[in-house]
Amino acid sequence: MTGSPHSTTVFPHRHLLGIEGLTAGEITTILDLADGYVEQNRQPSKKSSLLDGRTIVNLFFENSTRTRTSFELAGKRLGADVINMSSDGSSVKKGETLIDTAMTLNAMHLDALVVRHADSGAVKLLADKVNCSVINAGDGHHEHPTQGLLDALAIRRRLGSLDGLIVAICGDILHSRVARSNIHLLNAMGARVRVVAPPTLIPSQIDRLGVEVHHSMATGLKDADVVMMLRLQTERMSGQYVPSTREYFYFYGLDYEKLAVAKPHAVVMHPGPMNRGVEIDSEVADDLKRSMILDQVELGVAVRMAVLDLLTRDRRGNNA
Amino acid sequence: MPNANTRVAYRNARLLDPASGLDQRGDLLTDGAKIADFGPSLFADGVPEGIEVVDLQGQCLAPGLVDMRVLIGEPGEEEKDTIKSASRAAVAGGITAVVLLPNTDPVTDEVASLEFIARRAREVRLVKVFAYAAATRGTEGNEITEMGLLSRAGAVAFTDGTKAIASAKAMRRALSYARTFDKLIVQHPEEPSLASGGMMNSGERATRLGLVGIPREAEIIMIERDLRLLELSGGRLHFAHVTTGESVDLIRRAKARGLKVTCDTAPHYFALTETDVGDYRTFAKVSPPLRGEMDRRAIVEGLADGTIDAIASDHTPQDQDQKRLPFAQAACGVIGLETLFPLTLELVHKGAMPLLKALACVTVKPAEILGLPLGRIAKGAPADLIAFDLEVPWKVDVTAFKSKSKNSPFEDRPVQGRPLRTVVDGRTVWQFEG
Repeated sequence: MTGSPHSTTVFPHRHLLGIEGLTAGEITTILDLADGYVEQNRQPSKKSSLLDGRTIVNLFFENSTRTRTSFELAGKRLGADVINMSSDGSSVKKGETLIDTAMTLNAMHLDALVVRHADSGAVKLLADKVNCSVINAGDGHHEHPTQGLLDALAIRRRLGSLDGLIVAICGDILHSRVARSNIHLLNAMGARVRVVAPPTLIPSQIDRLGVEVHHSMATGLKDADVVMMLRLQTERMSGQYVPSTREYFYFYGLDYEKLAVAKPHAVVMHPGPMNRGVEIDSEVADDLKRSMILDQVELGVAVRMAVLDLLTRDRRGNNA
Repeated sequence: MPNANTRVAYRNARLLDPASGLDQRGDLLTDGAKIADFGPSLFADGVPEGIEVVDLQGQCLAPGLVDMRVLIGEPGEEEKDTIKSASRAAVAGGITAVVLLPNTDPVTDEVASLEFIARRAREVRLVKVFAYAAATRGTEGNEITEMGLLSRAGAVAFTDGTKAIASAKAMRRALSYARTFDKLIVQHPEEPSLASGGMMNSGERATRLGLVGIPREAEIIMIERDLRLLELSGGRLHFAHVTTGESVDLIRRAKARGLKVTCDTAPHYFALTETDVGDYRTFAKVSPPLRGEMDRRAIVEGLADGTIDAIASDHTPQDQDQKRLPFAQAACGVIGLETLFPLTLELVHKGAMPLLKALACVTVKPAEILGLPLGRIAKGAPADLIAFDLEVPWKVDVTAFKSKSKNSPFEDRPVQGRPLRTVVDGRTVWQFEG
């Protein structure tokens, strides 16, 4: 299953804007390659020269220390020059549009652009206007494909395969790009996906995406192999979608009692950052036998290295 | 081109008048701004001297279109469309009368604003320009406007235009007070707190795209509420751009109960669906949002059975800065003055409606709803006419459109039938130069 980081597999997409539309084979290609990069990252010397002389820009219109750092490390470990840009210091506040920004960046001859934006579809809009590869680092409520991939890699490394697993995604599905990427990915890989949340946090007709909908943790987690918890944004907590954090934790916060209906080997995941005592109990979060939260962080770098590697192959003449 | 004092004989036409059901070969004579006569053997003895002759060679001649829902940017956002650019677009689309929404800057809620529009329209002198006045001051939904004075200054009806009159109390008062002047209240039926933050129709497509959905119920609930208020207050109520099957059912039942209610829809609601949003295509972002296929079909049925009285372009120009944005940030609206006619004809060519019925939706029906003496071929009626080729196929080419803004989701759509000549008050104000 482990692939060589220097294999010559061609990935037939110029950008990675979402998981929707990727085949199981393409997902496997990324995961296999990422497996190799996990090993590279565990070596004392982590750096390769694969992307020597290449320029990657992390363009973050929305704050995210952990995803940005993960992409930055991924680029640097492959030898690329990585520049971080955030909307705070950019011309966006002076009225420059996203398309103006794209045209400006295009003139700088980038090799890859990693974009996070608060609006769904914004990354696609940018990708249509630039010549380099674009990686979606999270757009609105739409997708966060590298998070989906790193989650898949974590599950695959722990449980061997995704095929046939029961995966419960719990919490704020409505606003979650992580949930959407994971739903597409897990479905493509043959897992059985459930979403578990109060009805106010379930988007309309999500069952059409091939998931079972549960409003109770007892049924949603029953016999699950994987329990993915999602972050709740506290500003959405009061009165709007759920009445209080206290009530939310009582019914939907993950603790050992709720986890008990899952399979004995079931693992717990969280894309972070966690609200301890809101969606997850600290005891569960810190239980290294059950919780894969730190694995996810580690594997994130490897997955992003694999994606950068694959998307720049064409540009590198496929002779890495 | 003929001037207002000229008599013009339109010969060899297929005369179409949806108001009377007329559909026959014949001629029509205009005398200045009026229709003097028409019929199959009008010029059996030849055309007398001094009359200009236009040989239509068998093409159709019908009343000019009355577009009851047009937003332009003047005053305030002239870069989007002005009365001049919109007038040019209208006549090129076969439209001879437009009714402007009050959502300008400043809002049309004062007599002076109506006078400004009338003055600009006189200066441009192409299409007939009418205006709604706001139903509430500043379209803020609280206090009703000076409906009496505004009526005297020419307001044809009252509406907050692109905004719903959300307060039930304000709506009740508006309906009730407008009765004094026998004026219509036009509602944008969308419950704002349900639609708030929404970007497209709620459902699978919105969920996949990660866009905040607007439930269909936002429209349905508002229509249900307003029908109750209409029963309570009396008056006349018109729902703009209905988009759901349930809306049509509610209005159908209300009409059967004898309520004075009418409604319209716009071409994008019967010609497009939410799938046209595709991959965040902002040209398909409209308010209310495009719905699913079942609703689209229900709208077509509503038109066919007459529950939906009229078709309006819902022309809402947005410049590139407003549309070349992430979907969430992009403004709503499509231009429609130059696609209203071919898209209405699409209903005919697809067999959904007979020609006269479709024409009625864009001529006599909106005129009647608003109490305007337009939209029919009759002796003494205004000589507002459109000559058109019913069959000619063409492709929508937005770059050739006269509107200043180009935000049309219909670019490159194959359509059939196009205006050849537009006549306003007996003057040919536009001719197709193909």
